[in-house]
Amino acid sequence: MNARKSPLTPTLSLRTRLEREEEQHSVPSLHWFDLDRRRFLALFGGGIAIAAAAPRDAFAQESGRASARQSQELPKDLSAWIHIDKDGIVTVFTGKVEMGQNIRTSLAQQVAEELRVGVPSIRMVMGDTDLVPWDAGTFGSRTTPTMGPQLRAVAAVAREALVGIAASRWQIPRAKLVAADGKVVDTQFKRTATYGELTLGEKILKTLPDDLSTAPVAPPSSWKVAGTAVPKADGRDFVTGSHRYASDMTRPGLLFGKILRAPQLEAKLESLDASKAQALPGVKVVRDGEFVGVVAPDAHTAGKAVAALAEGAKWSEASGQPSNATIFEFFKKNAETGERAEPRVTGDVEQALGSADVKLTQSYTVQYIAHAPLEPRAAVAEWTGDRVTVWTGTQRPFAVRDELAAAFRIPTEKARVMVPDTGSAYGGKHTGDAAVEAARLAKGAGKPVRVVWTREEEFTWAYLRPGGLIEVRSGARKDGTLVAWEFHNYNSGPAGIGTPYDVPNQTIQFHPVKSPLRQGSYRALAATANHFARESHMDELARELGMDPLAFRLKNLSDARLKAVFQAAADRFGWAKREKSAGRGFGIAGGFEKGGNIAVCAEVEADAKEKRVRIRRVAAAFECGAIVNPGGLRNQVEGALVQGIGGALFEAIRFDKGRILNPHFSQYRLPRFTDLPAIEVVLLDRKDLPPAGAGEAPIVGLAPAVASAIFDATGERRRAMPLEGLAAG
Amino acid sequence: MPSVSLTVNGKPRKVDALADEPLLSVLRNRLDLTGTKYGCGEGQCGACTVLLDGQAVASCQTPVSEAVGKKIVTIEGLAQNGRLHPVQEAFLEAEAFQCGYCTSGMIVASVALLQANASPSADDVAGTLARNVCRCGTYSRILQAVQIAARKGGAQK
Repeated sequence: MNARKSPLTPTLSLRTRLEREEEQHSVPSLHWFDLDRRRFLALFGGGIAIAAAAPRDAFAQESGRASARQSQELPKDLSAWIHIDKDGIVTVFTGKVEMGQNIRTSLAQQVAEELRVGVPSIRMVMGDTDLVPWDAGTFGSRTTPTMGPQLRAVAAVAREALVGIAASRWQIPRAKLVAADGKVVDTQFKRTATYGELTLGEKILKTLPDDLSTAPVAPPSSWKVAGTAVPKADGRDFVTGSHRYASDMTRPGLLFGKILRAPQLEAKLESLDASKAQALPGVKVVRDGEFVGVVAPDAHTAGKAVAALAEGAKWSEASGQPSNATIFEFFKKNAETGERAEPRVTGDVEQALGSADVKLTQSYTVQYIAHAPLEPRAAVAEWTGDRVTVWTGTQRPFAVRDELAAAFRIPTEKARVMVPDTGSAYGGKHTGDAAVEAARLAKGAGKPVRVVWTREEEFTWAYLRPGGLIEVRSGARKDGTLVAWEFHNYNSGPAGIGTPYDVPNQTIQFHPVKSPLRQGSYRALAATANHFARESHMDELARELGMDPLAFRLKNLSDARLKAVFQAAADRFGWAKREKSAGRGFGIAGGFEKGGNIAVCAEVEADAKEKRVRIRRVAAAFECGAIVNPGGLRNQVEGALVQGIGGALFEAIRFDKGRILNPHFSQYRLPRFTDLPAIEVVLLDRKDLPPAGAGEAPIVGLAPAVASAIFDATGERRRAMPLEGLAAG
Repeated sequence: MPSVSLTVNGKPRKVDALADEPLLSVLRNRLDLTGTKYGCGEGQCGACTVLLDGQAVASCQTPVSEAVGKKIVTIEGLAQNGRLHPVQEAFLEAEAFQCGYCTSGMIVASVALLQANASPSADDVAGTLARNVCRCGTYSRILQAVQIAARKGGAQK
């Protein structure tokens, strides 16, 4: 279906890079329902039946990008985005969703700025596919650089329209009028009209300009509401427990659903004795091909019923699946060739290596890790006739709507997805697994159904941050000038694969692999792995050259923004004045990702004999253009650093023979309070640059800074994440 | 189905529940008190923390039968007549959350901590709250919030 061919150019265009990153968002579906084939044929006619018979993998791989390309153009009609009622309450519609990154607040601030109203008078309607304009999803740090300008333009056009309405009502030139505090004010005759009086609650009929940058928006340097630390929206609902996440939603007659899971990835259901489960009070078993689930009037009984189902299930198990011990070899052996694996070549690496004074070849690895959002996948689904409504926690409400439509073979307008502010995602909630499951059970039960995954299901059946193998070859002159850089990433991904350093001869290549574990996007995608390898390698080169790791980087760096964060982090940390003592070491690393520049300095306590590492102190500097909300931004940066500790030091999915061996928090260590180092964050506010997103970039610098500090403390170079190694057992 | 009598947030509640059913499931799914969260089901994340006679417990590890005759306080029971508990106020002031999913458990655990130790050190806070996971990584703000609450007398209540 997707016949796009990229030209074989030596450098990747931005578009190609984005498409390759998009592939990380495309995760195979868990379920493919049989449903009623006749009904399907009646709906779509015979011709398309081939698609239904195609292997679900093929369909799923296409569906991710296909829906992005359908790309219903963003509406130009102002009323699709904003409405002002007669009391002056402003309602803003966006397909973006809130999951902790604080965009409910930061987007409202930007509307308030341009519309000149108070933040409290703004209601943000987010992620409801029946109400908001189509949106690809909330990922890739795209909200701030794309939805921000969109809504600023919307608000500015609305403001000017309101001024226009007042001007014609009062029959005076609009230049005599100003908009302020939710009103249009006639400064000459001292008249005012509230926005509510001007709109009377009717739609503002106005069209957005084709080029949004022509909208009359204020530059960040003159912001008064945007750019300030407005408190997080709905904070009170979170501290009182009254906010309802998808997993808290209830409906009249709600039943509780559970899905029978295979004991092993790729195992096939051979036979099933459902009689024990069916005998439990109020339990109904719903079966559709490989999909088997139960519903019960209460969650506890549903749990007992699915346990009874598991006892009656016989599976044929798959074989030959790799383990942690063999996975990197597996990646190397199973690397794809062809278009997707085209290298990006500049100059001639071989020739440059020939003339280099210092040469270095090393490999780095990262394990698969889990997002482990504290709210597991959850959904409540309800059918009304042939129309389904689902409340679920997802980053891509429209993609989940499309997933529902595909799963049940209904037109997309028959599916509505609503996303209550979600208990985090970190890239892990791109799919609609729980939504599809709840909808299938609800269809079978004829009642609304809530499905909440257990932690074990979350670890086993959600998708993972890819593991990867990265091989680096490099060469430098004695004076520290980089001359050659060759970088191969197997499986982990192409995000952040390029180097920000000035190297005239480069070969950079991503080698895709069909992953044996279900994998997908994760906060910063592969940029964390690629920064770990690149910055660790830079550190190794610096030590080979006998240069200070910071000085070596700055010597090979002309990007002023990245230099600035390196300098700011080093200054705050006291890099130049660091004093080594036994068992203590210092490291530095940084990079650029998704519009954000990050540098991190770390001090660790480490012992060469022990795997255990304690991070004592971190100083980070971050710059992502003009800051929209410094309070929220600081929270994001600190949070990313803390989350980064897990992947850096101890998080790893252990697996063997198609089984996840540590699917519990007691076995999968997360960063906890006692892991918290002293953290200092320096935010550089560049009012002269457009704001970029901040959800991802701040996580990429921590692991290499810590690895470098461990080397500094112990003389031992650790090239595998997690740096503490795999836990035993 | 058997019926159990509980005291939840100061009110007697009679509820049909199975004896081995976790308190968490009874609170969330039978009493619709959804402020208490499921995070792991094995007492490892603290999202389901409630007070049982003033002690912080993981409600996912507490069979409902064990809660009979005890005073159960959930996040919904901390504010009085619309006035937030000092610990809730402090979490708002420090903006000690991102997605907010761990917040109920963190607040309830902090209330118990401050009742046992009115002016905890940073290490005391870290040691006690190490049972609670904030996956968004807002620990330093949570520490701040507990310290703010301690200064304002968060133990009194």
